Amino acid sequence: MSEKIKFTIDGKECFADKGKNIVEAAKANGIYIPTLCHLEGIEAAGSCRICNVKINGKFMTACTTEVADGIIVENNTPEIQELRKIIVETLFVSGNHYCAVCEKSGNCDLQALAYRYKMLVPRFPFEFEKKEVDAYSSKLYLDRNRCILCKRCVRSIKTKDGKSIFAIKGRGYKAMINIDYELANKMTEEEARKAMDTCPVGCIIRKEIGYITPIGQRKYDKKPIGSEIEEPVTK
Amino acid sequence: MEQKITIEPVTRVEGHGKVTIHIDDEGNISQSRLHIVEFRGFERFIQGRPYWEAPVLVQRLCGICPVSHHLAAAKALDVIVGAGTGDGLTPTGEKMRRLMHYGQTLQSHVLHFFHLVSPDLLFGIDADPVIRNIIGVAKKHPDLAVQGVMMRKFGQEIIKATAGKKIHGTGAIPGGINKHLTIEERDSFLNGPDPLNIDKMISWSQDAVNFLKGYQKENKEFIDNFAAFPSNHLSLVRKDGALDLYHGVIRAVDSEGNKILHDVESQDYLKYIGEEVKNWSYMKFPYMLEFGKNKGWYRVGPLARLNTCDFIPTPLAQKEFEEFKAYTNGKPNNMSMHYHWARLIEVLHSAEMMKELLNDPDLLEGELVTKGTKQDEGIGMLEAPRGTLFHHYKINEHDQVVMANLIVSTTNNNEPMNVAVNHAAKQFMTAQRKITEGMMNAVEVAIRAYDPCLSCATHALGRMPLEVVMVDGQNNVIDRKRK
Repeated sequence: MSEKIKFTIDGKECFADKGKNIVEAAKANGIYIPTLCHLEGIEAAGSCRICNVKINGKFMTACTTEVADGIIVENNTPEIQELRKIIVETLFVSGNHYCAVCEKSGNCDLQALAYRYKMLVPRFPFEFEKKEVDAYSSKLYLDRNRCILCKRCVRSIKTKDGKSIFAIKGRGYKAMINIDYELANKMTEEEARKAMDTCPVGCIIRKEIGYITPIGQRKYDKKPIGSEIEEPVTK
Repeated sequence: MEQKITIEPVTRVEGHGKVTIHIDDEGNISQSRLHIVEFRGFERFIQGRPYWEAPVLVQRLCGICPVSHHLAAAKALDVIVGAGTGDGLTPTGEKMRRLMHYGQTLQSHVLHFFHLVSPDLLFGIDADPVIRNIIGVAKKHPDLAVQGVMMRKFGQEIIKATAGKKIHGTGAIPGGINKHLTIEERDSFLNGPDPLNIDKMISWSQDAVNFLKGYQKENKEFIDNFAAFPSNHLSLVRKDGALDLYHGVIRAVDSEGNKILHDVESQDYLKYIGEEVKNWSYMKFPYMLEFGKNKGWYRVGPLARLNTCDFIPTPLAQKEFEEFKAYTNGKPNNMSMHYHWARLIEVLHSAEMMKELLNDPDLLEGELVTKGTKQDEGIGMLEAPRGTLFHHYKINEHDQVVMANLIVSTTNNNEPMNVAVNHAAKQFMTAQRKITEGMMNAVEVAIRAYDPCLSCATHALGRMPLEVVMVDGQNNVIDRKRK
């Protein structure tokens, strides 16, 4: 039997297995910490910062921090909620996110978080930067307007022999997601679907199969993001 | 001293436009124009986007009848994905789309008649604008206002059930549809609590037609003569000549009823239709190539459809159609105000079609999508509430749209609306010493008959912002009045 660690999140006493990061540990205790770049089963990157929590009074990313005995985690405080809202707004203004026509709408984590944090209009000016789309692979359409550079695809979508199909080219504000056409064209339909599902936004889109899930049946049409983890809240 | 009258914005139409009327020293109308002052740009910014996005993206150019653009784009993409040119969808795919379209036609026509037009009819075109609006209708004729609201609601609910949302849904996808109708949805439309059931919609549609016919009898002089002028008429018709709002071949008749475009395939529209650009409007002027820019323009919409079709394939609407045709002894009806009559007959037809479809088991089950050999070009046409709508796309080998051409219904009616404005201005303003608000509304009434959708779905309620500018012969403004 693994060793249980005791800690608190927002004053609630929690227990978790040793070795878990704080996102996973919180989940095991019915507490939702939002993530965008993090995906269970792959190495954490800590790049999007949406999972920022305060641990013993200091800001840290929950996905890259291992749970430790006796730590005091602040998660659902007004200060942290506001910080997360700012991050969501920043992502919206730095890309060209038109949810109205995006086929990922209703299945998009970024959109769902914008709803969660009640983003109406971003407080920052839109950059409206021109971003190129990449339609050259046979199964996937890459819309960089919507990419948040989370690198989920880079870290998790690989060939059977471990080669990356996606990679980031350039640095800083010039960084952009790229796809290896040769490897991508060999993907099975199932692998292409997985790539699209892995993307938390509408950047990686399967070709020729759009909008097949009716409105009302999409992932976040039914329940808001995080509700599958959080304890039911009675109205 | 020449006067220039500007009506801006034109109210109780969908979108923004303005009218300018020049009156010369003798009090004659020297020039009148309907300017479309919006610019949308969808044909350009769809370029580079994946083709399957077009039905969802392009419909955003309107909030009143987005279903028209949604379906026209989907029809064009049916061709591209190899699902045929209108006859290749699965029964479920086609019938769900048709249901969506009839729901939309009903709600759009009802919105136009009850909310936008009825104030002119109920209070008079020169009534005080403070009461000559939908709020005034709601106060004085609450039953009629409720009827308008509930009929529109029914149509919107049909759209929601088929497209996923009342406005800007995603139901139609290339090669078909993405959902079935549920039994619960079907039953609620067929047998829902009064008034939200299809039988009530049919009954209210008949009432609306009768209301209009009654109004017409009492105001025959005005209805028959106001902005009446001969023109060509163009629409899709079913291959057997029936009225069909969703699919068909292109037919045009002249003002005497002679066929001048003989049931040609929609995929060939470029052989027959051209567009002229004028420097004072963002809206193009379409015309039939064979007859040139001056003689080839045509009307579209409900009046044109009832002038081109041979019959209506639903019994109650057919009965009304026969009466409509008899009024002009079987000849085309060229009276602008009769658009309202034709529009309400189409409301009845749409309600009847919805009932027929709702009783069809294909809506509840069956294959949703079909695809074949991919093409690089597709044209989708249908009869939108306001008239014939053309969507034309070309794609590249990477599935990106490289060309889009949209000829929307209101664009087709551009020249007729300008002619109607001219007629109204001449009729009401010639040799008048004082231009009244009622006279200027008369010009708007002429435009409103065509139910133009100027593509932004914003409405001005109540008082109409209006400006009268007096200019001298050199176009210098010497006086300006606002109200």
